[in-house]
Amino acid sequence: MRIGVLALQGDFIEHITTLKRIGVEASEVRLPGQLEGLNGLIIPGGESTTIGKLAVAYNLMEPLRAFARERAIWGTCAGAIFLSKDAHRDQPLLGVMDIVVERNAFGRQIFSFEVDLPAPYLKPVDPSGRPYHAVFIRAPLIEAVSGSAQVLDQLPDGRIVSALQGRLLATSFHPELTADDRYHRYFVELAR
Amino acid sequence: MEQQTGTFAVKKGLAQMLKGGVIMDVVTPEHARIAEDAGAVAVMALERVPADIRASGGVARMSDPELIIQIKQAVSIPVMAKCRIGHFVEAQILESLEIDYIDESEVLTPADESHHINKHAFKVPFVCGCRNIGEALRRIGEGAAMIRTKGEAGTGDVVEAVRHARTVLGEIRRLQNMPEEELMTFAKENGAPYELVLETRQLGRLPVVNFAAGGIATPADAALMMQLGVDGVFVGSGIFKSGDPARRAAAIVKATTHFRDAHILAEVSRNLGEPMVGRQISSIPQGELIAGRGW
Repeated sequence: MRIGVLALQGDFIEHITTLKRIGVEASEVRLPGQLEGLNGLIIPGGESTTIGKLAVAYNLMEPLRAFARERAIWGTCAGAIFLSKDAHRDQPLLGVMDIVVERNAFGRQIFSFEVDLPAPYLKPVDPSGRPYHAVFIRAPLIEAVSGSAQVLDQLPDGRIVSALQGRLLATSFHPELTADDRYHRYFVELAR
Repeated sequence: MEQQTGTFAVKKGLAQMLKGGVIMDVVTPEHARIAEDAGAVAVMALERVPADIRASGGVARMSDPELIIQIKQAVSIPVMAKCRIGHFVEAQILESLEIDYIDESEVLTPADESHHINKHAFKVPFVCGCRNIGEALRRIGEGAAMIRTKGEAGTGDVVEAVRHARTVLGEIRRLQNMPEEELMTFAKENGAPYELVLETRQLGRLPVVNFAAGGIATPADAALMMQLGVDGVFVGSGIFKSGDPARRAAAIVKATTHFRDAHILAEVSRNLGEPMVGRQISSIPQGELIAGRGW
């Protein structure tokens, strides 16, 4: 099992550290050739505009779309935006998930927050069923899901913060910023 | 659990999202758009870039809120702004403007010659400059959620940025190899909070994100700082004081991503036009150097 982490910009080292801690081989991906031999890919948090521009500049867009057709991809925050079909703004998007996102949906940095989510789907990796503590940084919201995409997590007011479509996973929050590795274990199962 | 805002985790977390990226000084909304189009991860909104502050002399203060608001409206990426060292009212004003990060910066004229701002009292995160590990850990102790090595702003000469990064990273390596009984004396000699010394030793890095700043003017400069081990770079005067800012900005962004790939560095360094003229630090009188500001 080897998971790549798109390392164009953002907190890719945090993802790699978590993957290694749970015993999964992890590697940095900056160029298309580095996608070979991976079981799955994580697109980290960062600035979605920066990640998108660098992906275009280094010819990663089509290889990433092809990867998404066959293998698992998980996008956290900026990564979720990059997976979406529409972010209400002219910026490079992979468009591989049937989700519409709103960037910076909670406002500016002073409104960034932490909250517990029920996350019942994590039970297969941890039967305790304890809530998942999620960190949101200038986070996007998933405004709408369509096609085969399904809602995973919602805030108490119903707003959508994660979605799953086949083996593609999008989260508005950052499991790589906490010591809780259940989300990474969940993704590794998805990639298997 | 209720939603919690302004926690240290979310303050530090935004800096983690900026890693591997370039934060650019901008003085107009137009500059801000050029920076965003080039792939900047954030912009620093200010009235004058450090090279101009240096040239014009006088007291340098927080920028006009009107300018900051216009720059905020121009881009979707985070916007930072500077306040003077110790000037907590400028910081309160910047927080009320919902700026994303405050740089308590030696580039502006200090307002307090003994104390920095108590940054724990704010919901907005702060970045502060440092030249060594003691200065870095004191700022973190005061609540800074991000650190940048100071370099010497507005010079286009990378030598001080290198000195400060090597100093901080070297002191961390020394700390990791030190027997436990020497740690308290290390804390005392460096004027660093003991608990943060322990945490830094255990992590093998500063407990918050650490960018380089001050004198970075070329893609090679940015890659040099990344290879030395910083998490990202600030480029101040180096972009908008150069001949072709858009092109240079995009090249520095690419160099920061592909910082170990000499072929890509060579490619992005081609035909960038004139770099900022720059000023050799050894030619600047001691009294005009700004990195020494900060206590």
